[in-house]
Amino acid sequence: MSLLQLPAFGKERPWVRTAVLRPELGSMVAAALLFIFFSIASSGAMVEIPTIARVLDTAWPYGIIAVAVGLLMISGEFDLSAGVMVGTAGALLGVMATEWGMNIWLALVLSLGVCLGLGLWNGVLVVWTGLPSFVITLGTFFGLRGANVALSKYFTGDALIENIDEAAGFDSLHAIVATVFGTAPSDFRVSLLWWGGFTLIATWILWRTKIGNWIFATGGDREAARAVGVPVNGTKIGLFMLTAGAAWFVGVSNAVRYTSVQAGQGVGAEFFYIIAAVVGGCRMAGGYGSAVGPAIGALIWGIAFVGIPHAGWNSDWRWAFLGVLLLVSTLINHIVGERVRTARST
Amino acid sequence: MTTEQAVEAPEAAGHEEPPVLETRGLGRQFGSVTALEDVNVALNAGEVTCVVGDNGAGKSVFIKMLCGLIRPSEGEILLDGTVTEFASPRQARAQGIVAVYQDLALAPMMSLWRNFFMGAEPVKGWGIFQRFDVEYAKEAMQTELDKLGVSLGDPDRAAHTLSGGERQGLAIGRALFYGARVLILDEPTSALGVRQSGAVLRLIRRAAQRGTAVVLVTPKPQHAFWVGDRFLVFQRGRLVEDRRSETLTLESLSYLMAGGGEVDELETAIATA
Repeated sequence: MSLLQLPAFGKERPWVRTAVLRPELGSMVAAALLFIFFSIASSGAMVEIPTIARVLDTAWPYGIIAVAVGLLMISGEFDLSAGVMVGTAGALLGVMATEWGMNIWLALVLSLGVCLGLGLWNGVLVVWTGLPSFVITLGTFFGLRGANVALSKYFTGDALIENIDEAAGFDSLHAIVATVFGTAPSDFRVSLLWWGGFTLIATWILWRTKIGNWIFATGGDREAARAVGVPVNGTKIGLFMLTAGAAWFVGVSNAVRYTSVQAGQGVGAEFFYIIAAVVGGCRMAGGYGSAVGPAIGALIWGIAFVGIPHAGWNSDWRWAFLGVLLLVSTLINHIVGERVRTARST
Repeated sequence: MTTEQAVEAPEAAGHEEPPVLETRGLGRQFGSVTALEDVNVALNAGEVTCVVGDNGAGKSVFIKMLCGLIRPSEGEILLDGTVTEFASPRQARAQGIVAVYQDLALAPMMSLWRNFFMGAEPVKGWGIFQRFDVEYAKEAMQTELDKLGVSLGDPDRAAHTLSGGERQGLAIGRALFYGARVLILDEPTSALGVRQSGAVLRLIRRAAQRGTAVVLVTPKPQHAFWVGDRFLVFQRGRLVEDRRSETLTLESLSYLMAGGGEVDELETAIATA
């Protein structure tokens, strides 16, 4: 029995069945085609190891958070504060480990606590007020965008926090979140393993646990799920906290890797996560999607980000590419979704 | 009134066993409006009780009080002869009173077995390895639906690919699987064609044969007459008729359901004026 299983449909429409069997299938095909396209456009530069290392290194920070944002989207919610939360986590770790002289492991735990608290705040507010998470998390986004820089300046006098490597315990933490395999430019970070591991665990949770069923049910039909006893609110709050936790992981990983933190970072990234999730086949309205899909969506962004300059085009085209990608994949998802909805097997 | 007297009453009336669910003086007011008053009904296991009446007659308030969605402002509900209160549908469900509404509580893009076990997922394994027991879920659903004579095909189908009748089948099968002793169905055939209505009505009979007390709300006299053992007719917030099927014909039932009682009342009122 395969790990990924989804609703089956009539034999007369095998393509519908396949499309629905794997929400991430479309993004996998798109990633492969794009890679081939840029390989040709860049006269083979794309398939060289340093380029691939660069693609993966671009993709993983988006990938880890996109997987969490994908699960949140399946439950029917958005999080626009996930991007600036990366800055919050890094700045917190930086201030505590440098300015306050804290052991970096303690700073790590405390910053996790703050980020989970912010995720809890998002979740509880969405559940209590019943307002769209788009609005609630937009509020958190602006709040953090201001607080990240203002508090960094208040505590350190600067929005750039440096010398994190001087903190006690730095080496052991660096080994866990920022170890390098291979030598530059063919270097691969241990972060890729974290990304892969997180994607696998999220897939397992989604398809093979009770909580996974709750996530699908919450996004699929909230009232129906509530009526049969699914803890709808708890599921949503938990996923907001998971998203905040993913942002925290990326924030502290980068802080340790670069030994410095730009407190204003992460603004604008929130859309990348959502785009990656949608490109990866998650349904914006909830109820349908996968964890592998958003990871592939982030990979597509990495391929385009590195491929466009390699093909000799102005790198500003990256943004245009992102826009087209979002439109096309949403359209495809919509068409597939409609076909699936109207396909009745008797 | 003491509780002991209340409990003994139905046995004294000569029933073999106490009714599963009983209401005494049940009523509900919304502000100054009385939606329902003084309803005394006993629901027996293995019987299909049809609740009929006009819009606003109080039948919807009645079933909502039975399943814990609305709290009564007067009277009491007895489960197996004991006074009970349900704070929520979840509590009522835990005690075996399950309502299946028109919208059926199915998540459209989830597979049948995921829907069947929604909110009550069977698990195996320990600690962090605890997982949804998928094989058991599919098998148990199949077994339950086979017992009811419902065949839905591939358990991996998404719920939205089911026809209206099939959705009723899944929802009713799910309710019975969780040990529903009182099954409340709100207009289950209202959106169905003749053939599917027939299948759903047969399913309702089968549920009753298995010892479930079924409460059926329907506006269609033919459907009610075919499946019902008993008929509760509501009018303007009151229970005006409580008749067994033996005492009725399809014509007399249609007459009652069309508000015939009200017409008689009006005629009498005019005649005696």
